[in-house]
Amino acid sequence: MAGTTVATNTKAMSFPDHSKLRADFPILGREVQGKPLVYLDNAATTQKPRAVIDRVAEFLGSENANIHRGVHYLSMQATDAYDRARARVARFLNAEKAAEIVFVRGATEAINLVASSFAAPMLGDGDEILVTVMEHHANIVPWQLAGANKGVRLVPVPMSDAGVLDVAAYEEMLSERTRLVAITHVSNVLGTVNPVVEMTRMAQARGIPVLVDGAQAVAHLPVDVQEIGCDFYVFSGHKLFGPDGIGVLYGREDRLAAMAPYQGGGDMIELVSFERSTFRGPPERFEAGTPNISGAIGLAAAIDYLDGLGWEFLADQDRLLFEHARKVLSEVPGLRICGGEDGGGKISAVSFTMDAAHPHDVGTILDASGIAVRAGHHCAQPLMERLGVPSTVRASFAFYNTPEEIDQLVEGLAEVNRLFAL
Amino acid sequence: MEDLTELYQEIILSHHRNPRHDEVLDPCSHQASGFNPLCGDRLVVTVRKQDATLDAVACHCEGCAISRASGSIMTTMTTGKSEAEVAETIAHVKQLLTAEEDPQADLDSEGELAALVGVRKFPARIKCATLAWHALESALVEGDAEATTE
Repeated sequence: MAGTTVATNTKAMSFPDHSKLRADFPILGREVQGKPLVYLDNAATTQKPRAVIDRVAEFLGSENANIHRGVHYLSMQATDAYDRARARVARFLNAEKAAEIVFVRGATEAINLVASSFAAPMLGDGDEILVTVMEHHANIVPWQLAGANKGVRLVPVPMSDAGVLDVAAYEEMLSERTRLVAITHVSNVLGTVNPVVEMTRMAQARGIPVLVDGAQAVAHLPVDVQEIGCDFYVFSGHKLFGPDGIGVLYGREDRLAAMAPYQGGGDMIELVSFERSTFRGPPERFEAGTPNISGAIGLAAAIDYLDGLGWEFLADQDRLLFEHARKVLSEVPGLRICGGEDGGGKISAVSFTMDAAHPHDVGTILDASGIAVRAGHHCAQPLMERLGVPSTVRASFAFYNTPEEIDQLVEGLAEVNRLFAL
Repeated sequence: MEDLTELYQEIILSHHRNPRHDEVLDPCSHQASGFNPLCGDRLVVTVRKQDATLDAVACHCEGCAISRASGSIMTTMTTGKSEAEVAETIAHVKQLLTAEEDPQADLDSEGELAALVGVRKFPARIKCATLAWHALESALVEGDAEATTE
């Protein structure tokens, strides 16, 4: 369940009729460049179902008020809805308590919060933070800021050419200098699902806390933070079919309780005087100022929507799309899939380069056919260096994609080869 | 698709496949690197200037077809030219590629530059086409510099 492995349902699967499902997402009906939109940039952000759009509009249109503020009806209703959203997210991650869920702007802010309030105060000369070679910049730079001028080293766990982490090397790298492990659950470039349960266990056996970056995982795997056992888990709402500007930090109760505030302001205080202030407990201690109330409520609506579809269905869809993509892409002349021929243990995204054309050119040519992919370094420059490429093309999937859309991608790539006369 | 074939016309693809003056001059009198953090395009422009003449201009580019072709065309247009002529050319190219109004210039008289004008229909790619020119400008003004698109 915890997303250490991809679902391996062996029963014969076929693609369902997508038309009803796709109708839940208004944007999927639009045209781009005069062609029906083929949206394959889901790792950058996912599209929003009507259920989310309507819930946010409903809140803003007829329920809006600030939370924790008033004795008036709307404020109490809004506070209730916000608290329910927190409880909904806690259930989604199988957190023990709703108070372990802190609402933030996104995964990036969640990591910055942990770097600032948890890591920075304990870091000193010679300390190490273990990350992996496949981290997003958001799981690299905050640690550098937290350890700046303190002689703290970021140590990357290596991976094989197939894009699989070297867990044996990781275990060797854990030492008395290691103060924190910060690893991605799923690679935003390769789609690799990392063995976060095993890696967390290895670190905690040595008393080392673990943060898992779930930004690319939550839309594809059922996540159980208690089964992973991690101290912190972070994700962004907009990559889970919810609104942007809302994200989640899960922190185990004892960890959050021991942490100093991240920002100061309203909502996070108990008593304020000009001499000193005292602070509320978690999670409010970490939510200074008016939070993104409609965002939190929209995120809860997204989770409800996904639950309605069922996680078995979602996981099957993901696997079918990924396997179809790997198969048809590997047949395109001059196309190289990053992470080698082995698609095992991967989901959600395929990155590739083409002999004929640079990723930027590929992206432009696909765009002319209404196909949205990402071309670039995907905020993972150290991984690009490891792969030996300046950038890649990435097609990333969501359950509303269809195999026909992936076939259109392949047709677009044939056009690249034709234009560049390969 | 018409726009695409206009963007990737044969002149561009020829320069992309076979960039002219694709090297890093050593020694050189002026140098600048160009970097587009968005897509990772990197290039190095080196110049050998004597008196007020650019005796040699080279551009070594790791990037997309547009940035490579633009850099290659740039070297052919500026080699052997006076510093004043080159400054004028750079200003002209920027105008041609980035001015808000469509250039009314007679494209027939623009030579290979005309091939770059197709990029105007692809706003996300204009920076690819201007990167080498910005780098050359930085090299001449500052001697040793880095140009970025951001």
